[in-house]
Amino acid sequence: MLSIKNLSVAIKGKEILKGINLEVNAGEVHAIMGPNGTGKSTLAYVIGGREGYEVTSGEIIYKGRNLLDLSTEERACEGIFLGFQYPVEIPGVSITNFLRTAINEQRKYQGLDPIPAAQFLAKMEEKKKMLELQDKLANRSVNEGFSGGEKKKNEIFQMAMLEPSLAILDETDSGLDIDALRIVATGVNNLRRPHNSTIVITHYQRLLDYIVPDVVHVLYDGRIVKSGGKEMALELEEKGYEWIKNSL
Amino acid sequence: MKQSLVPDGEKETMSTSIQTYSLTEKLTFHHGQHKHAFAGGDPVFAAEQRTNAWEQFTKAGLPHAGLEQWRGTNLDKSFETEYVFSTVPAGQGVDIESIFKCAIPHFETYLVTQLNGWYVYNDSPLHTLPNGMIVGSLASAMSRFPELIQNYYGKLSSESIEGLTALNTALALDGIFVYVPDNVTVDETLQMVNLLDSPENLMLHPRNLVILGRNAHLRLVQCDDSINHGITFINSVTEVFLGKDSSLDHYKLQNKDSHSTLINTIYFSQAEGSRLSSNAISLNGGIIRNNSLVKLEGENASAEISGLYLMDKNQHIDNRVFVDHSAPHCQSNEMFKGVLDDHATGVFNGHVLVRRDAQQTVAYQKNNNILLTDKATIDTRPFLEIYADDVKCSHGATVGQLDANALFYIRSRGISEASARILLMYAFAAEIINKISIPELRQRIDDMVKKRLRGELSYCDQCVLHCSAQENKVNFEIDMSKI
Repeated sequence: MLSIKNLSVAIKGKEILKGINLEVNAGEVHAIMGPNGTGKSTLAYVIGGREGYEVTSGEIIYKGRNLLDLSTEERACEGIFLGFQYPVEIPGVSITNFLRTAINEQRKYQGLDPIPAAQFLAKMEEKKKMLELQDKLANRSVNEGFSGGEKKKNEIFQMAMLEPSLAILDETDSGLDIDALRIVATGVNNLRRPHNSTIVITHYQRLLDYIVPDVVHVLYDGRIVKSGGKEMALELEEKGYEWIKNSL
Repeated sequence: MKQSLVPDGEKETMSTSIQTYSLTEKLTFHHGQHKHAFAGGDPVFAAEQRTNAWEQFTKAGLPHAGLEQWRGTNLDKSFETEYVFSTVPAGQGVDIESIFKCAIPHFETYLVTQLNGWYVYNDSPLHTLPNGMIVGSLASAMSRFPELIQNYYGKLSSESIEGLTALNTALALDGIFVYVPDNVTVDETLQMVNLLDSPENLMLHPRNLVILGRNAHLRLVQCDDSINHGITFINSVTEVFLGKDSSLDHYKLQNKDSHSTLINTIYFSQAEGSRLSSNAISLNGGIIRNNSLVKLEGENASAEISGLYLMDKNQHIDNRVFVDHSAPHCQSNEMFKGVLDDHATGVFNGHVLVRRDAQQTVAYQKNNNILLTDKATIDTRPFLEIYADDVKCSHGATVGQLDANALFYIRSRGISEASARILLMYAFAAEIINKISIPELRQRIDDMVKKRLRGELSYCDQCVLHCSAQENKVNFEIDMSKI
């Protein structure tokens, strides 16, 4: 699904990622953990195609294609979804219109006709129910005036509607109370398919109680310094990141 | 282009030095040649206003860029055009339905039209409706209801030092008169459509007067459409009086051709407890200046003045708001937002004056702009002048580009960069569109703004007419699909 080889990335000349190697196979859930400021969000943004990041070496291969050749929207149309740590407010654009536009642009890219209205609305109903979203939410402007928890739920809702092949969730757990965390995790788990992969970026182990990863990586100072099974997350929680620093 | 006023016969002998005249000289000549009076004769008060206004104009002259009030808006080019002044009444018997039909679906309005500045009518130039409301030609109302009109006409405009306002008062021949009696709520929206239809270059001075009695309520939509091929200069002045506890929802919709100059000056006087909401939507135009002057004269009055402008190419927009808080406990809220593309230029000038006795005033001013190119400019000046000590006032202006974070967010959902930009501009504009309280109008303007942002809306677009541009004679074909 995703193969990152020796990826180095700089922002304004400052190197943030220093040779990342990562293999994510179809159907897997990977967790990337690490202290603040080690490059977790940078990795998410580079995969998503955000401007201002200079790839100084390495490559990202996604479904056999060089991802770095594609624009942000082409990546999305190829099935990559980025769940934002800080979702952006778009006043004046309802979630319904936003998602219909996004789905239809993706369908256009795939050579499909626009989604029939009835099918779209039925899908909205189904996903709203799954994420225990209030009915009126869909008519509100995207993220405008949303609480932190609502914004994160809205990210997962968008993911559910767009059905990506590869979802990267950047600190989706931050700012969530325990109920919201459970709902978000249920959403992610319900969307797991043998051909879909998920990368969960998180600071705390807490989310991994609900979304059980196949592989856990520790990102430290721009490098993946340790990879292991789900039990490694617990070990990290217990010993803290000092344990990693000291072992380097 | 300046041209000679010298009669043809004399041209040959003067061929070595052709004299040219300025617009001021031509206006002076025009003023001397024609008797300017409302049809049926000016009542005494109007004749006095006219004389005083002409004197005022000769002192003030036409505006120029050196005047503080005109900083940022240069009309020199507009003044170079050779204009025709329309002095012969031309409103009677025009079959307006054959040349204009409003393109807003399901929008039931009481429609009044002006053609080249003249009120258009068939049987009678003035109607008294069953609810007592009077609507029609201002010229006609002058002779029918002089006692009513003399309490209002020129009361606000005569305090102005603005040359163009004085010129309007001096030369005005017709316009629209609206009177809503005490305690009348007008159910239908009153729609004023200002049509221009001439093969020639026209300079017009339409004059409107709107009077709302005590506890009277009105919704008013003013549409400026041009369907002619010539260059136009419209110098429109409207005086609006809001009686005690009355309310007015006022909308201006401006979608004009690029060789038009529109100076739209509106004076509002608000009595105690009255509520005004005025919203100007400017989608296309050559030069547009919206000058709104609001006097809050009674306690607990409120004024909400807002505007949206979407300009490109070499278009110019100038929004100017002056709010005079002269009574305590009043509120004013100004919010103007605009997107400027290509070489478009804009001016926002908001001036709030809070007089010493206007305690407990609440006044806000906001002007937000998005510049899409580095050639587009906005000159924004929110300004508070406060003499009372117990007030709550704020002002602010922003000039920026589209938010890069938001663009990335939208594109990351698979939406193209071009669509993402439109979405963000629409989102920016929506705050103003949502202030429109008439659902059909809001929907229509919403559609027009979206089309405008996609680059699909021309000034002709909402017009159902198809003009044949190659001939001087204007032929109209109605496009049924747009009705």
